[in-house]
Amino acid sequence: MLRETWLVFRRHMAISLRNPAWVLIGIMQPLLYLLLFGPLMEKIVSSTPGFPPGDSWQILAPALLVQLGLFGSMFAGFALLADLRTGVVERMRVTPVSRLALLMGRVLHDTVQLLVQALLLLLVAYLVFGMRAPIAGVLLCLIMVMLLAVTLSSASYAMAMIVRSEDVFPALLTTISVPLLLLTGILIPITTELAPDWLYVLSRINPFAHVMDAERASFRGDYSADGLLTGSVVLFVITILSVWWGARTFQKENA
Amino acid sequence: MIEARGLARTFKSRGRSVEAVRGVDLDVKAGELVGFLGPNGAGKTTTLRMLTTLLRPTSGTATVGGVDLLADPVGVRKQIGYVAQGGGSAPECRVIEEIEIQGRFYGLSKAEAVRRGAELSGQLDIEGLEQRLVRTLSGGQKRRLDIALGLIHSPQLVFLDEPTTGLDPQSRANLWEHIRSLRDQHGVTVFLTTHYLDEADSLCDRILVIDDGRIVAEGTPDELKARVSGDGVAVEVPAESVVDAAEVAGQLSGASDVTTADNTVRFRVPRGDTALPELLRALDSKGITMTSIQVQRPSLDDVFLTMTGRSLRDAEEGGGDAA
Repeated sequence: MLRETWLVFRRHMAISLRNPAWVLIGIMQPLLYLLLFGPLMEKIVSSTPGFPPGDSWQILAPALLVQLGLFGSMFAGFALLADLRTGVVERMRVTPVSRLALLMGRVLHDTVQLLVQALLLLLVAYLVFGMRAPIAGVLLCLIMVMLLAVTLSSASYAMAMIVRSEDVFPALLTTISVPLLLLTGILIPITTELAPDWLYVLSRINPFAHVMDAERASFRGDYSADGLLTGSVVLFVITILSVWWGARTFQKENA
Repeated sequence: MIEARGLARTFKSRGRSVEAVRGVDLDVKAGELVGFLGPNGAGKTTTLRMLTTLLRPTSGTATVGGVDLLADPVGVRKQIGYVAQGGGSAPECRVIEEIEIQGRFYGLSKAEAVRRGAELSGQLDIEGLEQRLVRTLSGGQKRRLDIALGLIHSPQLVFLDEPTTGLDPQSRANLWEHIRSLRDQHGVTVFLTTHYLDEADSLCDRILVIDDGRIVAEGTPDELKARVSGDGVAVEVPAESVVDAAEVAGQLSGASDVTTADNTVRFRVPRGDTALPELLRALDSKGITMTSIQVQRPSLDDVFLTMTGRSLRDAEEGGGDAA
C-alpha cells in the first residue's frame, strides 16, 4: 500500500515536473492579490477598528495561503476527470493495485505541490513586502495549509468520481467555492466588530473560517489555546472526514 | 478459463431501470480465441466489465482464470489482462513510465517491468518509443502500447474490448496478426468484443452473438453460418435443361429454396462443399452439362439477421448506447 502510494505519487510528480509552468499558474492569483491588493490593506487595517491584531501582511499572507489551499486543491479533481476520460483510471483499477493508493498518491502529490506554491508565495511576501512573522508560527501555518490540501483534494477527487462530467464539475466547484471563500473571510476578516451578526454566525458554520482564524493566530505568534484550539480541532476533523469520503468513493466496486 | 452463469446487470438511471445484460452463460476454454459479436449497445462491454471486476453483476456467478469473481476480485485482477476500448495510457506520460508503473502495479520489480516491457515492445513492433510521450504516438502505436500494458504481467487470459475500432485498415490487419500470435505462440486465451463481422470471422475460433443483453447464438464462424442459413449454390446450365436441373437440385439432401431464372438454378443446402459432388454426379447421370457453378458462404450478417430478425447494421442504427 505504501509502495503503491509512492508509485502513484512519483507518476504525478513526474508529470508536474515536466510542466512546471502549472505550479506558477497556480500561484498567480494569490500572488496578484499580494501585489495589487496587499498595499491597500496597510492603511485600512491601521485606520479601521475591528481587525484582528497584527499588521496588514500578517493578516493577508496567511489568508492567501488558505485561499491557495482552498482554490488550488479544489481543482485537483480535473486531473482525475481527464484520467477517467482517457481510460487511465479504469486501466489501473483492473490491476491488483490498492484503490486507496490510487487516491493517496494523488493527494500526496497535490499536497507537495501546494507546499511548493505556499513557500514561493511566502518568499515573495518576505522579500518584496518585508512581511515578518515568527518561524515557528509560519511552520505551523504551513502544516495547517498542507492538511487543508489533503482535505480539499480528497474531497475534490470524491466529487469528480461521483459527478464524472467535465461540464458539470466546474459549475459545481464554483457553486461551492465562492460562498465558501467569502465566508472564510480571506480579504477582510469576518469579526464581530466588522460583520453584522447574521454574517458572523454564517461564517462560524463554515469550518474553513475557524482554520483561517487559527492560521492568523499562529502567523502572529499567538499560540494560545484561544487562538489555535478550535481551528486545529476543526481542521483535524474535516481532514479525516474528507479522506474517509475519498477513500470510500475510490473503493466502491463500480466507481 | 471463464465460466459464467446467469450474469446480469441492471442500470438504474432517473428512476428507470435498464437491463443491459440479462443472464449470460458462457464458457471459454484455455487457449481459445473467442469473439463477442453484437451491435453497439447489445451488452458486450457491460459483460466484459463484469468479467474484469470493473462492474459488479446484479446477479449471476462467474469464475475467471480459476478464481471466483464475486468472492475474490483482486485474485481475478492478478490473473487477467484487460485492454479497454479507448485504451488506458495517459497522453502526458512517457511510454517507459507507463510500462514501468503498470508492471510494478502487478508486483514486478522495476528491472523486471522494464525487461518485460522491452520484450513486449519487440513482439508488438513498438521498439524505440520508450522516451516518447504517449500523445505523440500514432493510433496504431498507441493501441499496441495499450495491449502491451495489458500483457505486462504475462497473463494467461486477456480481454480486449473492440481492439481495432478506429484503426486504419493496415493497422487493423497488423493488430490481427499480433492477436493471433498471442494465442498461437504464447498460448494466451483471448476474449474479445467486436462489432465487425469480418473481424469475428477471420480472427476468432468461436463466436458468441449477443443482442439486447442475451446470447442468441454461439459456435465457430463456419458452424454459425452453416446452422443458420446454409450455403447458396448457383448452377448455370443450358436453357433447355433448367427444369431438369432444378428437379435434380430439389432431390439433394437438405436442399431448399430452389429457384430458376433464365439458365440459372439457385438453391440452398446446409453445406455447399459436401453437396457439390452429389450434385455433379446427379447432373452427369441425367446428361446435363453445366457451364458454371458457384457456392456462396453466408456471412455473419446473415447469421445475425436470422437470429434476431434484423441485420447488424439496422441494429447499430436502432440500438441505443447502453454498452
